[in-house]
Amino acid sequence: MARAVMRPLGRGDVMQRKWIDGRPTKQIAESFIKPNDRLTSFERLEIYNRQYWFRIRDCFYEDYRGLRAILGDQKFERLADEYLSKYPSRSYTLRNLGSRLVKFLQAEPRWTKPKTKLALDLARLEWAHIEAFDNAAKPALKLEDLAGVEAAKIRLKLQPHLTLLTLENVVDDFLITLKKNSGLRSEASNAMEQTQRRKKTKLAHGLKRQKNFLAVHRYEDGIYYKQLERGQFVLLSAMQSGATLEKAVAKLVGLKISGDLGATVGKWFANWAALGWFCGLEK
Amino acid sequence: MPANPFNGFTDYGIGIGLRVPHYEHILSQKPTVDWFEIISENFMGDGGRPLKVLDQILEQYRVVQHGVSMYFGSSEKLNRDHLKKIKRLVKRTKTPWLSDHLCWGSVDGRYTHDLLPMPYTFAAAKVTAQRIREARDFLEVPIGVENVSSYAEFHVSEMTEWEFLNEVVERADCGILLDVNNIYVSSKNHNFNPLDYVNGVPADRVAQIHIAGHSKFQKYILDTHDHPVIDPVWKLYERAIQRTGRTATLLEWDDRIPSFDEVHGEALKANQFLKRVESAKTKA
Repeated sequence: MARAVMRPLGRGDVMQRKWIDGRPTKQIAESFIKPNDRLTSFERLEIYNRQYWFRIRDCFYEDYRGLRAILGDQKFERLADEYLSKYPSRSYTLRNLGSRLVKFLQAEPRWTKPKTKLALDLARLEWAHIEAFDNAAKPALKLEDLAGVEAAKIRLKLQPHLTLLTLENVVDDFLITLKKNSGLRSEASNAMEQTQRRKKTKLAHGLKRQKNFLAVHRYEDGIYYKQLERGQFVLLSAMQSGATLEKAVAKLVGLKISGDLGATVGKWFANWAALGWFCGLEK
Repeated sequence: MPANPFNGFTDYGIGIGLRVPHYEHILSQKPTVDWFEIISENFMGDGGRPLKVLDQILEQYRVVQHGVSMYFGSSEKLNRDHLKKIKRLVKRTKTPWLSDHLCWGSVDGRYTHDLLPMPYTFAAAKVTAQRIREARDFLEVPIGVENVSSYAEFHVSEMTEWEFLNEVVERADCGILLDVNNIYVSSKNHNFNPLDYVNGVPADRVAQIHIAGHSKFQKYILDTHDHPVIDPVWKLYERAIQRTGRTATLLEWDDRIPSFDEVHGEALKANQFLKRVESAKTKA
């Protein structure tokens, strides 16, 4: 039954008439489901098949509104069905439905051509948004936590809700506007859906192509996208990978950084500490 | 029988499901509500707004956890990481009991996120009861299993749905979350008398009752939780409480959610039936 329920729908969002081995699906359904006076076995099974797809599509569409807006409805829906067939949910929560989308898009660029790079930017940013929404926020590092630790050997831990992204296109403002103008993400429930909530999406054009660095994080329960300078990104990424402070700062050599290096880096750290991005020391 | 071992010997009255569109109203107006039911999975992240809101709710209200993904009827082993997260939430909410569905929904690690109907066989009852026991032992809180609404029946079934429910809860020694709307929906979809179901479950195991609305189509009824409760479902509710006595009752409204006052008002209609049943008992 699970295989039938999770099998992609046919054209017109109905259950496929032919089974995987070429037999009529009707025959498969009749083998284990009773008909009643109003519905055939096939029709009863089809209720579950449609319900499965309506539910996971709705959730996926809500999570990836930006990706949908740059690809257009038809192309996005084809991509969604292909991705969800290849990577069905392996988590108790629908929150993780898109956890393997970036991997899928990298492996199969045909679904996003010719906007592959832009699509990857959006997929990364929208996943980072999900992570920022409910990943842990650990207690922020205090000055006394650093007492007695040799400064050069310090390895700072960054908050689990913080994601650092290198993007090829400027997509943050676009996504902020899009998320502001739409409703809340579907929550888990035990209710069935009558129909799929299909909303037409306005195709987005003219996003600026320019390499940029972004930090996606949570602050006082709001989700924020913070543009970073290259030097900031390099430093934070090194720390996130577990580098000591000494080695992380050494990565700034050769980069163009305005003003006095020590003073500038000091300001950066003060700002990140104020945002609570540091949450402990790596042992 | 307001309090029994299956609801932690509580007397919780009439509650409603805690839903996002009502957060602002509840937190700012602090309306009087007996209790809220939360969908556990919506609060099992590691941080962020959901848990912050939940903590604010917990300062003012009693909360009971209701799950949608334990899948007691699945045949694979219970997922320990998942159970640990539920237990962490149990400690936070101090829920006196928790519930999930008598259904399956995952296979080979893949999740359908649906409440799929079970074949009503003795073998399935045995496996399901074992999983309920394991979950209860791990979570250290009473468990109530909820009857689901269904749209398909299996050739291999050896008994009625309520006989299967009884078989499972007796074997697991657990409670029942009796959803009278689900009984109504399934009775129409499968042509049985819903009163036979309500009369057929062990009243002393009913920890909680669910009421809800649904959508009627030409050939079947779908459990959409997007309408008020219809009269035939209220009648089933009345019959259920005649048998069980005053029992924790909860209205589910999950789609096209109206104002808080409308949802709460709909739930409070249950009081009419509770009073009627209690006054009939007093007269008798």
